[in-house]
Amino acid sequence: MDALLEPLRYDFFVRALAASAIVGVVCAVVGTYMVLRGLAFMGDALSHAAFPGVVVAYLVNAPFYVGAAIAAVATSLAIGWVSRRGNLRGDTAIGVLFAGMFALGIFLFSRIPDYVGDLFGFLFGDVLAISAGDLVGLAVLAGIVLLAVAVFWKELLYATFDPLGAAASGLPVERLDYTFLAIIALTIVISLQTVGVILVVAMLVTPAATAQLLTLRFQRLVGIAFLIGLLAPIVGLYLSYWLDAASGATIVLVESALFAVALLFGPRSGMLRRRVAAPG
Amino acid sequence: MTSPPAAPASGLHPPRPAASSAIVVELTGVTVGYGLRPALEDVSLTVEGGALIAIFGPNGGGKSTLLKVIAGVLRAWSGSVTVFGGPAGASARRVAYVPQGELVDWRFPVSVWDVAMMGRYPRLGPGRRAGRNDRMAVETALEQVGMAGHARTQIGSLSGGQRRRAFLARALASEPDLYLLDEPVTGVDVTTQEDLMAVLTRESAAGRTVLATTHDLALAAHHFRRVIGINRRVLADGPASLVLDPEVLARTYGGHLLVLSGRTLVMDDAHHHDQAAPGEAHHHDTGDDRQR
Repeated sequence: MDALLEPLRYDFFVRALAASAIVGVVCAVVGTYMVLRGLAFMGDALSHAAFPGVVVAYLVNAPFYVGAAIAAVATSLAIGWVSRRGNLRGDTAIGVLFAGMFALGIFLFSRIPDYVGDLFGFLFGDVLAISAGDLVGLAVLAGIVLLAVAVFWKELLYATFDPLGAAASGLPVERLDYTFLAIIALTIVISLQTVGVILVVAMLVTPAATAQLLTLRFQRLVGIAFLIGLLAPIVGLYLSYWLDAASGATIVLVESALFAVALLFGPRSGMLRRRVAAPG
Repeated sequence: MTSPPAAPASGLHPPRPAASSAIVVELTGVTVGYGLRPALEDVSLTVEGGALIAIFGPNGGGKSTLLKVIAGVLRAWSGSVTVFGGPAGASARRVAYVPQGELVDWRFPVSVWDVAMMGRYPRLGPGRRAGRNDRMAVETALEQVGMAGHARTQIGSLSGGQRRRAFLARALASEPDLYLLDEPVTGVDVTTQEDLMAVLTRESAAGRTVLATTHDLALAAHHFRRVIGINRRVLADGPASLVLDPEVLARTYGGHLLVLSGRTLVMDDAHHHDQAAPGEAHHHDTGDDRQR
């Protein structure tokens, strides 16, 4: 019990706990739609694309999330536009823009004359350094994202499942697509401080992927992903405290471990199921 | 197996005979396609309210494209498409479009009930939950297609026939005035075919308009009042009994056709196939016996 309470004496730990749980939940909910839409690669692309925004924000002394938000939203819109305009496959447009934007970030970063911070923090996040002000901003943005999903969940579901049928029946499918890209971009922005550019995609994809191994009901899928998104960061943060390991990576590893357990022992794909189904 | 659909005349909503005589769909000189290749060229046709129409033709002949351009999800390159007196897509809530089964991700985590309820989403609007009316509409729709007992089943564990039933339920639940159905009874068992055709016939009798694509000429001849043969252009259009003669079929299917003692064997031109193996033959008979 003491082991659990002891870190709570530190304000930075409590703030980190709150921040990573919020991020975990938002990522899991948004990630569920992302996985159903086959946009995992898109999430990876947008998080990398946010990087130059973070660097520019640092250079002009603006809050990092403003720069990240602008870069990520601009890239998500650009991906849609480039693939439509150039009549290219979506993954091609993503590949071009994602690598280009990340390279721009590295380029700008290497040009900073006397930079004192470290690249590690930019790329992998540092939730323990989150300020009270950043936590409030994060909570507000998280609220906006969750509200948007709560309002449009039906429409997003229909447009994901059968875009043609949804469009024919009057849903603004194209606008929903762009709205969802903006939601992904915003989600990535609020995750950067916690897990950084590189690991965000795991926070988005892994809870939903794990839930998919456990159920084929949409509501339960979201529910399970939500629970994983809430609990894994809490467990992960404690582990990182006790083991003195990087916080973002530990959180992601907890989610990866849950995925592995579901894969091996879950009702839909697990070995137990195989054994039950196999005899005869 | 599936239970039979509800008794006739238990339509989802009362008939609206006034709509029957009006022109619901009008295409004038429509050319449309994908990339640079036109799938339809200079297509003109008129559909009256309450019509029950089969659109037949070879794979790649533009059947699906015709439905999409009427649904407003594909814009015509030239010519005009008028639906309910306005441009295609403007009266979307009165239209139910059901895509081909191959286009659906059957692993998607939704049940039969969820799929049918999607038919209610456009009229519900963002942020609003399904109410009693919506649940009743979905229930009635599922009963009509004989799927009430499978409401909680995930769509991936359904048979081919049940999948088509579930999607027709979605269309019914949206209470449309125009049905655009892409291959609604392709590759399903005979019982399902009969059941679903009975539903469509009832909807048409109630003044609602049905356009369905099909490969199955026998089905078209047997169940639809009007048939339209399409292979890039409209090659035949009229009552089934007049249109489905060997000469018209030869034109529609590009001459790859054999007539064997009253039965017609249609050999699809391999060049028209998107998925099927070259040289594959579809066996059709134009008589009443639709068992293959």
